[in-house]
Amino acid sequence: MKLARSGRRSVIPGFHLTMGFSVLYMSFLVLIPLSTLGLWAGRLSWQELWTTFSASRTLAAYRLSLGGALIAAGVNALFGLLIAWVLVRYRFPGRRILDTLVDLPFALPTAVAGISLTAIYAPTGILGGLLDKVGIQAAYSPLGIIIAMTFVSLPFVIRTTQPVLQDIDREVEEAAATLGADRLQTFVRVILPAILPAVLTGFAMAFARAVGEYGSVVFISGNMPGRTEIVPLLIMTRLEEYNYAGATAVALVLLVLSFMMLLAINLLQAWARRSAPV
Amino acid sequence: MAAIVTDARSADAVPGTAVRHSSALVRWGLVLAAVAFLGLMLILPLVIVFCGAFEKGWQTTVAALTHPDARAAIRLTALTVMIVVPMNVVFGIAAAWAITKFHLRGKSVLVTLIDLPFSVSPVIAGMVFVLLFGARGLLGPWLGTHDIKIIFALPGIVLATTFVTLPFVARELIPLMQAQGRDDEEAAISLGAGGWQTFFRVTLPSIKWGLAYGTILCTARALGEFGAVSVVSGHIRGETNTLPLHVEILYNEYQFAAAFSVAGLLVGIALLTIIAKSIVEWRMQRSVRRDVDGGPAAQVASDDIGSEQ
Repeated sequence: MKLARSGRRSVIPGFHLTMGFSVLYMSFLVLIPLSTLGLWAGRLSWQELWTTFSASRTLAAYRLSLGGALIAAGVNALFGLLIAWVLVRYRFPGRRILDTLVDLPFALPTAVAGISLTAIYAPTGILGGLLDKVGIQAAYSPLGIIIAMTFVSLPFVIRTTQPVLQDIDREVEEAAATLGADRLQTFVRVILPAILPAVLTGFAMAFARAVGEYGSVVFISGNMPGRTEIVPLLIMTRLEEYNYAGATAVALVLLVLSFMMLLAINLLQAWARRSAPV
Repeated sequence: MAAIVTDARSADAVPGTAVRHSSALVRWGLVLAAVAFLGLMLILPLVIVFCGAFEKGWQTTVAALTHPDARAAIRLTALTVMIVVPMNVVFGIAAAWAITKFHLRGKSVLVTLIDLPFSVSPVIAGMVFVLLFGARGLLGPWLGTHDIKIIFALPGIVLATTFVTLPFVARELIPLMQAQGRDDEEAAISLGAGGWQTFFRVTLPSIKWGLAYGTILCTARALGEFGAVSVVSGHIRGETNTLPLHVEILYNEYQFAAAFSVAGLLVGIALLTIIAKSIVEWRMQRSVRRDVDGGPAAQVASDDIGSEQ
């Protein structure tokens, strides 16, 4: 829907009240607090920033957070697509329950997810024990971090893809089949292009969520500096040392990354709207 | 190939039914893979929480939940939710009203700004309030001399929780009210209704399910927030410990049965949340369908927008 501008004024009252309140509320709770971070960053010297970002501990944390989130979002893109497909296209017992359950990571406190996943994947846990026997350490290793990140960002791709899949005109697929395309060809050439913007939007949302995730990861990661320490935890550590400048330096890049992800998600959503099947 | 074509025809003959032209083997393989993934990632963690909670018998579970520290945590979490959720509901309604009921430029910038807290890491959300109000923060010295405590106290917890849950109601209402247009309100106003009357009699009934949906999500996040609250709370037992932080403390003290008991309570709330959410979703779809079937209002609204351009 396009924004319409017309010459006549709206007869509906309350513009100043609602707009004024909204802007004030946003300013005091989000914009001013966030700009404090900018203020602190402005006080940092290049020297301090360089020291922070040449430190192997910072670099390792960023590598782990970005790499882990990328893998988690990738796993979720793949399985999210599969789950969305199964939920939309097939009827099987328990489908509605599964569909409802998909939202669980949004509703479950992250600390609960954290301790539960740790209990499962620790060497004494049911799956951790099995993995331990074949020589794979799940909890207290980067793998555990990826598992936690996958859990918290699981619903995004499913929820962005489902409605688009639902709206795809069945006739287009049938036309492709009639013209001699097999199922795989139909999927790759007809369905995938239609749902790709939605899948990518979900992927970007999952990545943004996973990069910043703290609650579920701290329990399973083991928090060893340089090895299993994620960026949000490093920020937390600096804050607990009352090293506000150090915390700001580390947080700055993560915050800029969040802004970029927000922009990317907006662009992807605009693309998804344009290419949505009518 | 011939089989596929035949299958496509049979699917055509029964429009709206499940696709018939993928082989049963592929279909069941895909369903099984999806169920296995969700079972492993979602159902197993739930089962593990309840197993952990009742591992040492139900007496331990009850004792963990009725411990004074647990009760204080429940009270603090409830208090936080009762302050934060109404504030964000009022904000959500006000923002949606301002953005959807008037002509203005830059709407999309506002909508993007509202979404901002979702893409900021919870730790940063908590941190900015520490930088502002903490002992060594910008306003820290001033607050110190006036003996006002924000960080490591209730106000800090409320601020951080409000930050992370701010978008939920607004982002649910904006698309909904945008789709409904302004005609109903304009009609009410021109028939002599006041602003508040119009809102309560005309707007509110038509957005109630969207509002309920946003409020449910907002509540769930508010009572489960960990990262942001963890930064500002200071973890003072019986004073600034919310339920999720209480779980962390018990866990770190190796009181696993107690930690999982409190976690079990939170899982129960989460399950109620997603059930309530799907009921509301179902009601929303039904009311949208009724609007579309009973067509004229929706039709007129879209014509009106078309003619304004």
